[in-house]
Amino acid sequence: MPYNLAISPDFKPDQISGWYIFNTWLQKKLDEAIHLDIHQSFAEQHQAIDNEKVDIVYANPFDISRLVREKSFTPVARPVCKPDEAIIACREGAIREITELPQALTVAQANAPEVNTIGMIMLEPANIDKSNIKIIDCENFVVVARHILKGEADVGFFLAESFNELSNLVKKQLYPLINSQINMIHHAFMLSPKFAPHKDKLKELLINMKIDDKGIQILNDIGIEGFESMEEEDAEFMIDLMDTLLS
Amino acid sequence: MLDMNPEDIKGEYTEHNLTLYEDICRKVFTTELESPFPKGYLIVSRTDTNGIITHANDSFVEMSGYEKSELIGQPHNILRHPDMPAAAFKDLWDTLNRREKWRGYVKNLRKDGGFYWVYAIVIPNIRNGEVEGFTSVRREPSRKKIDECIKLYAEMSQTK
Repeated sequence: MPYNLAISPDFKPDQISGWYIFNTWLQKKLDEAIHLDIHQSFAEQHQAIDNEKVDIVYANPFDISRLVREKSFTPVARPVCKPDEAIIACREGAIREITELPQALTVAQANAPEVNTIGMIMLEPANIDKSNIKIIDCENFVVVARHILKGEADVGFFLAESFNELSNLVKKQLYPLINSQINMIHHAFMLSPKFAPHKDKLKELLINMKIDDKGIQILNDIGIEGFESMEEEDAEFMIDLMDTLLS
Repeated sequence: MLDMNPEDIKGEYTEHNLTLYEDICRKVFTTELESPFPKGYLIVSRTDTNGIITHANDSFVEMSGYEKSELIGQPHNILRHPDMPAAAFKDLWDTLNRREKWRGYVKNLRKDGGFYWVYAIVIPNIRNGEVEGFTSVRREPSRKKIDECIKLYAEMSQTK
């Protein structure tokens, strides 16, 4: 039976081929059969984890608590210099501060729970919470931008990295009202108890990717500079932090 | 904990004898200078089970006005402002001792006598079933909530 690798469903579509190459590289290095499962939604991925169909997962920070506390997964590595930060943007115009936003707000958001959580927190200083907003769920951040530009949403929540990758034409028509600077929330590779015997080898491989020509090429394809070790206490700290953000 | 040093204070100040515990007082100096919460940031710190600071992120250090080396190893109540009612902190400790999450609006005292308001959430760090310390995360509160708390805390202090 091959092991199963899953990628957080908020991956960028143009990086799918990079993740397949990563999986081929990983199988060769570990000398183990690993199947890459691309889940289209967080619900689908959660179901796969519940059914013990996931052994390695590049997890969204929002899922790490559940993986550690309920599924006994352990952290292996996290990306270097790639914190998950959020931007709240509106259409370029008169509004320059969160506090100038209307109270009955329409928010466009993508399928990125950590971004949406941080976005809601950044609206708090304007006395805006879930009780006085209308949410438009979008397929991705380009669609979020489209809703703002069409005037269907007052603001949108963006992953900062994705906002910065929007076309210049689109960005020129948007105004970033606030940018989070938390620097402590990030994705991470997590392992199931079944895969735990491979933890040390996998950690070494991931950390050394950035000093290996093939590894560097794959990192480039998946949009990551490199990986660094993530210990159990690092994961616990992030779980505690996420717990406070959900209050 | 040492008393505040008047030489660190910026501008006109008022002197207070702040009771931290039944038998422990600290002389503090306060001014009317408010520092705005840095937009988009979180202020994060961790303490041991006795409330001694073990970790402070850059925002915590910057907003407190202290050097990081002056904060690590000090009780978290180095930030206690005399306008905060003692009942708020009693509630905080009672809640944490029940292993529950505490949340509330807090006026913090800076080294220079100024202050800043936060919305604080504090949780116990439970590892292998034991409480090893506490994590406190502060975010920017709305002005409306601050104004409500100024009134409420003044009333609470008067009816003490």
